[in-house]
Amino acid sequence: MRFYEYEARKIVELAGIPVTRYGFCQTADEARKVAEEIGGPTVIKSQVLTGGRMKAGGVQFADTPEEAAEHAANILDLEINGLKPVGVLVDPKAEIKQEYYAGVVWDGTAKKPLMLFSDMGGIDIEQVAEDHPDHVGRGHISNLLPVGDFEAKQVIAATGVTASQLNRATPVLARLARLFRDNDMLLAEINPLAELTDGSFVALDAHMEMEDEAVGRQKKLLRKELGIAEEDTRDNYEPSQFEKNVKAIDAADHRGVIQGKDHGFSGNLGLVIGAGGGSLTLTDAVRNQGGKPANYSEIGGNPSVAKACGLAKEVLQKDGVEKIAVMMSIVSNTRVDIVARGVIKACLELDKDPAETIAIFRIPGAWEDEGAKILDHYGVEYCDRTVSLWDAAGRAVAKIQGAAA
Amino acid sequence: MSATESMDSVFIDVQVAEPAASDVALAKKLEEVCPVNIFRATDTGTEIVPGQLDECVLCELCVEAAPAGAVTIIKKYER
Amino acid sequence: MSILLDKETTFIVQGITGREAINLTRECLDYGSKVVGGVTPGRKGREVHGVPVFDTVAQAVENHGGPIDGSVVTVPPGFTKDAVIEAIANGIKLLVIVTERIPRGDVAEMVEFADMHGARIIGPNCLGLIVPEVCKMGGIGGPAKDAAKSYEPGVVGVMSRSGGMTTEISSSLTAAGLGVSTAVSIGGDAIIGSTYAELMPYFEADEETEAIVIYTEPGGRMEAQLAEWKTENNSRLPIVAFMAGKFMDDEEMQGMSFGHAGTIVEGKEDSATEKIKRLEEAGITVVERIDEIPAAVKERIAK
Repeated sequence: MRFYEYEARKIVELAGIPVTRYGFCQTADEARKVAEEIGGPTVIKSQVLTGGRMKAGGVQFADTPEEAAEHAANILDLEINGLKPVGVLVDPKAEIKQEYYAGVVWDGTAKKPLMLFSDMGGIDIEQVAEDHPDHVGRGHISNLLPVGDFEAKQVIAATGVTASQLNRATPVLARLARLFRDNDMLLAEINPLAELTDGSFVALDAHMEMEDEAVGRQKKLLRKELGIAEEDTRDNYEPSQFEKNVKAIDAADHRGVIQGKDHGFSGNLGLVIGAGGGSLTLTDAVRNQGGKPANYSEIGGNPSVAKACGLAKEVLQKDGVEKIAVMMSIVSNTRVDIVARGVIKACLELDKDPAETIAIFRIPGAWEDEGAKILDHYGVEYCDRTVSLWDAAGRAVAKIQGAAA
Repeated sequence: MSATESMDSVFIDVQVAEPAASDVALAKKLEEVCPVNIFRATDTGTEIVPGQLDECVLCELCVEAAPAGAVTIIKKYER
Repeated sequence: MSILLDKETTFIVQGITGREAINLTRECLDYGSKVVGGVTPGRKGREVHGVPVFDTVAQAVENHGGPIDGSVVTVPPGFTKDAVIEAIANGIKLLVIVTERIPRGDVAEMVEFADMHGARIIGPNCLGLIVPEVCKMGGIGGPAKDAAKSYEPGVVGVMSRSGGMTTEISSSLTAAGLGVSTAVSIGGDAIIGSTYAELMPYFEADEETEAIVIYTEPGGRMEAQLAEWKTENNSRLPIVAFMAGKFMDDEEMQGMSFGHAGTIVEGKEDSATEKIKRLEEAGITVVERIDEIPAAVKERIAK
């Protein structure tokens, strides 16, 4: 789950990290008021979930509250990468002495969060790491033990930072690390972390991403502190109706998992496939043999009949879908008979003949004999493990092309 | 979400014979053991929930929990 | 003849009264695995397919009269961490975590705790592991007679991020007469208890294993880690890798972004093509079509 900058600022503020006296505004008038309160030059920043704000004109400087209001009015209307802002951030223009970088990310190989710090902030940290490796300090933190300030101190000291800067930056990085763990973040960055002319350290920009699986247990932060509604999921792209429907069906029932994606797909062969690896392999196989998938999907775990039926129905109701291919790699805990019930029910409930509509059913494995019985009863051909995933995909493609011929 | 109707008991039917069907204690037991909520215990005995029948996983915990022959599971696709 | 499991391995099922657990308990028992107890808090006194259910792991251990080797954990994601730590705290050394959608922080905590106590975690979000005709922990392979079709004892160690593909690949190896020494569904999450490289030393030490097959996908650094391991260790085991999901390299199929700093740790996310190159440079054979695996294995063993 992604956050707007103004939300990320609030998150770091809640964690005890100093931020500026910023204001989040949704009208030009609000911007004027905040600029008046700040009483000095300001920066007006578009609040959108995309990068490249500066280049697109989404970041402007103002000397007076009047100018601030003017810029706010313009930016509130400015589309960046196809997105309109939800508001603007009005920040006091800071008197910066130096910019630093502080961040925490997951290290999947070490299986621990990693703290990062650089005294070359404000720019692309990956570039700094490549060009000036001794200006980037790193250190893992335990998942179990509380984060000690000294751990952050060590990471910062490795870049050569010392004196009062070291003492001011240390609690910032330590608190960032704690909030990363406490709030189930995948990424927590402050760039730049600015040292102002008066010696204080302040987070001038913040970037946060929370793990989707953890959203359910971060209600206090999300709903109470940040006021983010449950339906506001901030996906990377606007999901299609198909994707939304499948997600809703999946969420309504905890038994098994279904997923459906059609971003980038537009074919006539609906894919009701799984699981995970099987789906990837099968989608490759269909495309490599000239087939046109209408969608990608994944059936995983041990879904209920209702869930399998729900997915199949959504696929069948997609524009342009003529037949569905029901294929999975050999299943252990997904039951062949349960999936068979689900896809056949989908056909029946949509008034379609299962034998005509299901181009192929290839799922070997758990309860396959029972599944074969069900399919046989409805005239659907059952393919067992002797038909490889590659061949199954090929047959489905041949069937649908044959029907078209 | 699809607007078409949902069909019940397309694949599986479950029947509980008397007098077991009116046995209140058995009803509670059946409700407890079934992992897919096919049985509902009422104060007159066991009630079958039609919408759940097709979710039957054929675990037969109900058959085991009841007196012999009291619970029958019918696979409609075997006719 | 096996890694991690043998004929004497005992284990419990945590969350045993759940729908999936009831199923896999039956399967494991039928396969001949020694399922000595189950734990679902509040359900002490019940039985699942003859297996006694307890409120706590400690009770299960007491009832068994000695240490229990493993646990298959099917407890829902909000409670998995607690269950796993309880198991490890009561002496269990091998945890197979089936549950998916566990928050990453919890997974990392469990893994670190396991490390501290000399325990090994397989998973989460996995189907478990199987030593053909010896023991099965988890739903892998399905009911006993289905598992027997896919898994015959043999010479290939199989590791897969995808549960389904573990069996699909193993089945093709069995059909080709190569058989499987041990197959491990290592799990699909970003952080897992045991990566390919971390399991390699077990296979290396197993006399029965003559070759390794891995199933892999785009995303993460596990394959790079394996390539590094192979290069650094004088391993006797030839490795064949199958990679799925190459269509994701195309057009706008871009998945999750890691954010800027993520790439410092992970390196530029390897596309499928880059990963294949990296594996081949380490002497790992990469096949494009899944049905090509057995032939590739035979060829490498012959060399």
